[in-house]
Amino acid sequence: MRATTTPSSLTRLLALPPPLRTRTFSVLSRPPPNYPGHIPLTILERLSLAAGSAIGSLAKPYRHDLIASLGETTAKPYFLSRLHRAMLNNPTGRRILRDRPRITSKSMKLEELRQMPENSVGRAYAAWLDREGVTPDTRDAVRYIDDPEEAYVMQRYRETHDFTHAITGLPVIIEGELAVKAFEFANTLLPMTALSLVAIVRLKKVERQRFLEVYMPWAIRNGLKAEEVINVYWEEELETDVEVLRARLGIEKPPDLRDIRKALREQKRRQKAEREGSGAGAG
Amino acid sequence: MAALLPRLPKRIRLTPSSPTHWICRTCQQRRAFTPSSTSPQTQQQPPRPNQDEARTTHFGYETISETLKASRVGAVFSSVASNYDTMNDLMSLGIHRIWKDNFVRGLNPGIQGERKEGQRILDIAGGTGDIAQRMLDHATLVNDDKRTHVTISDINPEMLAEGRKRFGNSPYKLAKRVDFLEANAEDLSAIESASIDLYTVAFGIRNFTHKDIALREAFRVLKPGGVFACLEFTPQLSNPVLNGIYKRWSFGAIPLIGQVVAGDRDSYQYLVESIERFPSQGEFRDMIREAGFLIPGRNGIDEEGGRMGMGKGWEDLSLGIAAIHKGVKPV
Repeated sequence: MRATTTPSSLTRLLALPPPLRTRTFSVLSRPPPNYPGHIPLTILERLSLAAGSAIGSLAKPYRHDLIASLGETTAKPYFLSRLHRAMLNNPTGRRILRDRPRITSKSMKLEELRQMPENSVGRAYAAWLDREGVTPDTRDAVRYIDDPEEAYVMQRYRETHDFTHAITGLPVIIEGELAVKAFEFANTLLPMTALSLVAIVRLKKVERQRFLEVYMPWAIRNGLKAEEVINVYWEEELETDVEVLRARLGIEKPPDLRDIRKALREQKRRQKAEREGSGAGAG
Repeated sequence: MAALLPRLPKRIRLTPSSPTHWICRTCQQRRAFTPSSTSPQTQQQPPRPNQDEARTTHFGYETISETLKASRVGAVFSSVASNYDTMNDLMSLGIHRIWKDNFVRGLNPGIQGERKEGQRILDIAGGTGDIAQRMLDHATLVNDDKRTHVTISDINPEMLAEGRKRFGNSPYKLAKRVDFLEANAEDLSAIESASIDLYTVAFGIRNFTHKDIALREAFRVLKPGGVFACLEFTPQLSNPVLNGIYKRWSFGAIPLIGQVVAGDRDSYQYLVESIERFPSQGEFRDMIREAGFLIPGRNGIDEEGGRMGMGKGWEDLSLGIAAIHKGVKPV
């Protein structure tokens, strides 16, 4: 029997990192799922799904399930683990991981949220949902992450995305979504958030300019400066004042995108009316 | 979207105990998909004496109550209906078109020369209408028969809607040469006995809850001398190396394409699992014979057996990925 020796610093330095994924199975013999809905993927499947999701979600942005699968297939090996560790390093994060709350239309009752005090997080969330015409529907379930706790972290990130919208006030249009994604990238470092910024090419020229001048700098600055938003226990913060929460997290409110767009539309309409008026007058 | 299909927890398939219920040997001998770590739980399920009437069948690799299978399959096809033809192209790399062309050409629908009544074709599980279209085209263009009539039958209204879309206001529809019937292939009471010349089912029969009942219904509605033809996937290729590649494509790429293109991994997972559970060519040929059909031989090859109704009865396509089975109702 060999005596175990403590590794010298040299051997520690030369030791190989643990493998990205020890592939012990093929598509014909998948291991049993680790949680309901879990599908273990082989490396080739992960890469193909990532590539297909990336192209598909760029071509068809309404395919939220492709954005979801893009997130899941690109989050490992490092990024989701980093986010998980960030949760473990924070006492609130640890409580969230222990309680595993889920945000669904049942757990977030809109009628109650609308009754909450003025300027509270819950009220702002309900107001944002009403303004944008969306519901806290169950987001796509996480299926391609192997570790159940990391799968929960991913699910939590997905479900709290709407809260990020609510406290920043950014709308669901592409520009708003991209601003939130840029913020989330700076804050959570998930690769999917950075990859989805490729959708900048889909913006109109004016929107792109505005995004790059105003919203992207805001997002990066605030995402880096702010606390990890994943660690916010939203269910407990529903009655907190929005300004107080923003100050606590270190997030500035960005310029209201809907107002800017509305003002621009008004301006254009007025200009058009003037031109037609002067044209009719001259002709 | 992918998580919307109700999924029962995976269990080992329980072999139905009733001797009258026909199950293929392969299903009986099939080893459990999930490794033995899950088997202790399921084997400890106590027997339920008041439910010995409730039989189980397979839904892909799951075991479910027979009464549920039709609705589970229904949910799958309602979900895939709108992308069905696109997905077929992607999954088979377009080869399904060649299979279907070969299938129809081999059947040679349509009768040349003068006849009092046109040929009546019944296409089962033909929702999107691609076989029916080929039948009518072949009869009209190749055999110059403008009186052939095809009834497209499908249990699923969404698939049938796709078929109606395909035929739209085409000449066939206007000439009333195509009909749509929403029916379960196990219960074709809407169709008179001995009224159909040609009964076809392409890539449908593996989804039926009771293939034997569907075969008996086929026997009933066909005229004496009528032909039963079935195009279906086979569970294994004969060449083991090619089989390995083919299976890896089936279980790896197809659900993935389903996820990316159609947003529904589970339906395509079911489809490839249902191919695994289908009886082999010989077993299916025996089922067809048991329903009363005579089994023809292949052209010039097993003619002797074919003449006696004991021919080979099937033809492999694409190295055995799919097979065409035929049977003839005795005169």
